[in-house]
Amino acid sequence: MEEHETIVKNRSAALRAAFPATIPVMTGYLCLGAAFGILLRTAGYGIGWSIAMSMICYCGSMQFVGVSLLTAAFDPFQALLMSVMVNARHAFYGLSMLEKYRGTGPVRPVLICTLTDETFSLVSTLEPPEGVARRDFYFWISLLDYLYWQVGCTLGNAVGGLLTFDTTGLDFTLTALFIVLLLEQVKKKENRAAGIIGMVCTAASLAVFGPDNFLIPAMILLLAVLLGGRKKLCK
Amino acid sequence: MQMTSVQALITILAIAVGTQFTRWLPFWLFPEKKDPPAVVLYLGKVLPPAMMGLLTVYCFKNVSWLSGTHGAPELLASAAVVGLHLWKRNVLFSIAGGTALYMVLVQAVFA
Repeated sequence: MEEHETIVKNRSAALRAAFPATIPVMTGYLCLGAAFGILLRTAGYGIGWSIAMSMICYCGSMQFVGVSLLTAAFDPFQALLMSVMVNARHAFYGLSMLEKYRGTGPVRPVLICTLTDETFSLVSTLEPPEGVARRDFYFWISLLDYLYWQVGCTLGNAVGGLLTFDTTGLDFTLTALFIVLLLEQVKKKENRAAGIIGMVCTAASLAVFGPDNFLIPAMILLLAVLLGGRKKLCK
Repeated sequence: MQMTSVQALITILAIAVGTQFTRWLPFWLFPEKKDPPAVVLYLGKVLPPAMMGLLTVYCFKNVSWLSGTHGAPELLASAAVVGLHLWKRNVLFSIAGGTALYMVLVQAVFA
């Protein structure tokens, strides 16, 4: 009984530790989710579709692409292929989380299913505070982020048109979040080179391939540089 | 809606399958019980900072540097985020400050 109580206490401690870390994601997801919900409504898909899509897909930018796929000719194979291409970066997140997600037991599938850009940026940068199990901490971050997205999409689809407060620019929270977490990452000296390589490779690819097709070449370039520079970066 | 409900549902499922494939792939390739090869462990170490660099640049992909505001609101707000963060090291404070500045810039100053 006593042991059970400690576990319960630690679980709520994990939630209390995780929640503040997710506040920037909450702001960003409510905004972007609402934008998605509104867009899907203007494409002729109501609340049921919005809930179904955000619950099943849960893939930010690809859901926006999905709206245009839903208004085009029916081609599920193209949808599948596009989804793999747009989300290919997620495979790099998985690679980075292999060790951290080891031994997380029953919550592991949940952690893997919900590994978005923003969740990855939090779980890869943050460590649980003392006395909080890594598994519970990452679980709450992942679950809270998922819930924010659902609420954002649903509200946007249901009442998005009624909003009178000008939210233009509020989605900058996610840019700011990535900048801050990049700073946290490169606080460690051994991470500095990799952080710069990530920025330079992506910027070079963006300059060459333009904003619609640069992500895959950027990832290939990044991988090549990281593997080629392994000896130097390992020092 | 231009598709039938069944077609729309299949499209949504295809998107979901594609997404989940990319999220599960590394965990299938390198199962929990076996130690991954050294090169994979190395990538697991360098990819987080590298991907954070990628995501940061990704956020600027639609900024038009040569026309309009020349990316001034984005650069000023980003500089504010960096400045605030190096000063206080408080994640929420840096993000809130930078976002507030950005909103003022795009809604009032560069509107």
